[in-house]
Amino acid sequence: MSTSSAVAAHLRPGYGGQAKFDVAKVRADFPILSELVHGKPLVYLDSANTSQKPLAVIKATDDYYRHANANIHRATHLLSERATALYEGGRKKAATLLNAGDSHTIVLTKGTTDGINLVAQSYGRSVLKPGDEILLSWLEHHSNIVPWQLVAEQTGAVIRVVTINELGEIDQDEYTRLLTPRTKIVAVGHVSNALGTINPIKTMIAQAHAAGAVVLVDGAQAAPHLTIDVQDLDCDFYVLSSHKMFGPTGTGVLYGRKNLLEAMPPYQGGGDMIANVTFEKTLYNQVPYKFEAGTPNIAGVAGFGAAIDYLSSIDRQAALAHEDDVLAYATARVREIPGSRIIGEARHKTGVLSFLIEGVHPHDAGTILDQQGIAVRTGQHCAQPVMDKFCIPATIRASLGIYNTREDIDALVAGLKKVREVFA
Amino acid sequence: MSELTDLYQEVILDHNRRPHNFRVIESPSAKQEGFNPLCGDRLTLYLTLDGDVIKDASFQGQGCAISKASASLMTDAIKGKTVPEARQLFEQFHTMITSDPTTPLADLSAEAQSATVDLGKLSVFSGVREFPTRIKCASLAWHTMRAAVAHETDAPVSTE
Repeated sequence: MSTSSAVAAHLRPGYGGQAKFDVAKVRADFPILSELVHGKPLVYLDSANTSQKPLAVIKATDDYYRHANANIHRATHLLSERATALYEGGRKKAATLLNAGDSHTIVLTKGTTDGINLVAQSYGRSVLKPGDEILLSWLEHHSNIVPWQLVAEQTGAVIRVVTINELGEIDQDEYTRLLTPRTKIVAVGHVSNALGTINPIKTMIAQAHAAGAVVLVDGAQAAPHLTIDVQDLDCDFYVLSSHKMFGPTGTGVLYGRKNLLEAMPPYQGGGDMIANVTFEKTLYNQVPYKFEAGTPNIAGVAGFGAAIDYLSSIDRQAALAHEDDVLAYATARVREIPGSRIIGEARHKTGVLSFLIEGVHPHDAGTILDQQGIAVRTGQHCAQPVMDKFCIPATIRASLGIYNTREDIDALVAGLKKVREVFA
Repeated sequence: MSELTDLYQEVILDHNRRPHNFRVIESPSAKQEGFNPLCGDRLTLYLTLDGDVIKDASFQGQGCAISKASASLMTDAIKGKTVPEARQLFEQFHTMITSDPTTPLADLSAEAQSATVDLGKLSVFSGVREFPTRIKCASLAWHTMRAAVAHETDAPVSTE
């Protein structure tokens, strides 16, 4: 199928085979999907990198600057009230989305990386002693590795890493073995950004708690696809980014168990995080404000709130079923390509298809696909250990959002045919 | 619109398939690793120097077609050149691949124009300037060579 007819097919209503999920309607909500790239209709398969934004989010950011722009928590005028309402509204929406209960458990951050660094430097640095262990997995994104290495260096704690099997799943037997009384922190991704593996985190959290460890879950890749209930998971910290879940860049959430947040020292000092300042002694504000020094990304949070509203307006179960259908279709189609090798075949996956084409470096494939309007990510995906584990330098990664269709996959497969022609 | 054939010229595809000087030099005068963390390209460059003259050059490693062909053609080009000549070639090559793609190659400044003449076979990489994301691939071997002859550091060079 040609790329243009593939896109025309997107306009067929109700495509996707799920009666409750109207992908054509969803696509119409995302203005950028009608963009031309190198003169070709955009086929966006890079949502694990960042998702596209629905008009409601773009409009919420625009509306904030037109009608509410002011600093929060600081002034008595109407605009400041509006800005504060949007910002605190974003926090409440995030609390509802994650079923956090009390919205004071929601710290608004710059994103997932910021949230992990906050926990590592505030919680980790104050509790870790020499010889204590931080347990990670081989699947982790660099942002769930490096902050822990920094705090390990500062405290004398030791990093332990659970291996993965040939399917790209965390070795649960080894996880059980590595959990010991020395384990103080477990930091693990909910969904792998490089392979799409969904980890059994509820069980892993229960095991970690039984061993006396505190658990941080990196939910950056889970939040756009799965319904998250932090109370049901019983996690201690859950971090995510707005921009992966249809909101603006530069904002995100750290959910933390309230007693932990209250006991933790501030991460950064500045305005808004204080209750009283004298040169002799400063009293800190209550949680979560204690962790929100300086003027935050108010417009971003306004947009994030709109993104959460957008997610809440769609049937998440039906959306996930649609995404699963497209992922299964993509897996089958790519497998048919001569010389293809799929990297990461976990039994539970979402949103990501990582693969290689024999004789073609992923970076070359990326350029040739881009020339056909197809956006994928190629490279190590900030997960060099995963690449090392599979003894490969890089992969081609097609990643999905709720707006992708089987026709996008047909365009990808046609594009890969062209890649193979160039390198024949 | 930039065309794929501008980037993936036959010469480049040939050198990707059958790279020249793709071997280890035992007891080299200089050995340098280069790494492009963005795409995972990694190469080791080996040089045999006789005084200031590059007698032999080779490389090993893995990378995309552009970086592999670039290392292949570069090692061909610098053999027999002096270190200052190789550095000058780096400058000329770098000027070509980072020049404004809207400027015809023939209209580049006098200096750069003479550079493209001197580049000979290396001018097959002129299409790279139309693909900004690929400049690092084409220049990895060259940055590695520059570090190898500088003897400034044993640390791998990175194009990030």
